[in-house]
Amino acid sequence: MTAEPDEVLDCLGQRCPLPVIALARRLPALPVGAVLRVLADDPAAAVDIPAWCRMRDQEFLGTSGTAHHVRRRQ
Amino acid sequence: MIPSSVYLDAATAAPLHPVARQALLAALDDGWADPDRLYTSARRARQLLDAAREAAAQTLGVRPDELSFTSSGTTAAHSAVLGGLRGRRRAGAVLVHSAIEHSAVLHAAQQHTAGGGTAVEVPVDRLGRLDLDAWSTAVTGSGVALAALIAASHEVGTVQPVEAAAAVCADAGVPLYVDAAQMVGRMPVPPGWSVLTASARKWGGPPGVGLLVVRKGTRWESPWPADERESGRTPGTVNLPAVVAAAASLRAAAADAAAEAARLTPLVDRIRSRVAAEVPDVEVVGDPERRLPHLVTFSCLYVDGEALLHALDRRGFAVSSGSSCTSSTLRPSHVLEAMGVLSHGNVRVSLHAGSTEADVERFLAELPGIVADLRAEAGVVGL
Repeated sequence: MTAEPDEVLDCLGQRCPLPVIALARRLPALPVGAVLRVLADDPAAAVDIPAWCRMRDQEFLGTSGTAHHVRRRQ
Repeated sequence: MIPSSVYLDAATAAPLHPVARQALLAALDDGWADPDRLYTSARRARQLLDAAREAAAQTLGVRPDELSFTSSGTTAAHSAVLGGLRGRRRAGAVLVHSAIEHSAVLHAAQQHTAGGGTAVEVPVDRLGRLDLDAWSTAVTGSGVALAALIAASHEVGTVQPVEAAAAVCADAGVPLYVDAAQMVGRMPVPPGWSVLTASARKWGGPPGVGLLVVRKGTRWESPWPADERESGRTPGTVNLPAVVAAAASLRAAAADAAAEAARLTPLVDRIRSRVAAEVPDVEVVGDPERRLPHLVTFSCLYVDGEALLHALDRRGFAVSSGSSCTSSTLRPSHVLEAMGVLSHGNVRVSLHAGSTEADVERFLAELPGIVADLRAEAGVVGL
């Protein structure tokens, strides 16, 4: 579930919605199929990153600790 | 120019019902004495308290001696959970509760687990509906002393399958506690529960009055130090004028409940559909069908919940939010978390007897621009 990421986005210390905004800016710049690891320790990120993936039809791979993994689907 | 104010947070506290105001003022003159004393003014206070209990019990369809007044809805919820567990401690120390209970119930559950007890949380689906299979598994487990289910979510409005959940409890011999704070005075509470609580300020009664109902035959033991008042269920002198006002307004609210629900349900439908259509990237959450008549919640992508609350307040709209930045703990709402829906940029709108179609229209007219401005300020347009 935690595939080696192609890129890491460090959002530690940032409050929501900032980690989700950073994810939304970065993911479309990566190739389709690429995996982005978002480091975010705001508890809301664990809820909002999967929700964003659902709303934007991107693939949420999972969370371990403060690392959230997203794969660009389109 | 400061815009006229539109209060849209009835789920926290509805504006005082006119009947409550009238009863409160009368009872301040007539009901200040201690109902437990034996002189004339005390007997008058006792009559007022008895009449208030009769009225509230009749409205809820319970016996007067099953109903106690508490000093708040929170205290009632604490008493329900801790007293229900204490009364059944020989059966076990497991509390089963849904993942979307009110924080008052969860805090009581935390005290229970801190003291060595166990709490089992039952999940909900994306619409905030209880997972009945998981509920059944949890309730029929060993050592379950009490099960707690909120009648309808105070955050997203989803009405829970109380009757089905109660049937599972009855089969397992486990008493069911129902937190009916958002339902009492607005719609009939489904049957089958053993303990029920409510809060007067939710139906237009004054703040500082809760209801605790313990049905006959339920094993319930007060978790508080001994006190004879309110059948030994809740310590301290009741705020009698507020209790009188609470009971009078409950009766009035319940009498109007069906008409109010018929008036507010389409207004909430309008908010649900217009917000979804006219605000880009918004998630309207909760069950669109089986829901409270007066409450709707939505989350706006990329918007800071606190900033949205303040921007709405500057335009005269009072709403609440489940976003983490608006909570003292900086955690997102556990309800939104349990549902797996967007938690930031969250707004809860809840209507009351004074809410008009014009209020709703003005809110709907202004909201898209307010959200667009916040997104433009944050530089997130087009993401």
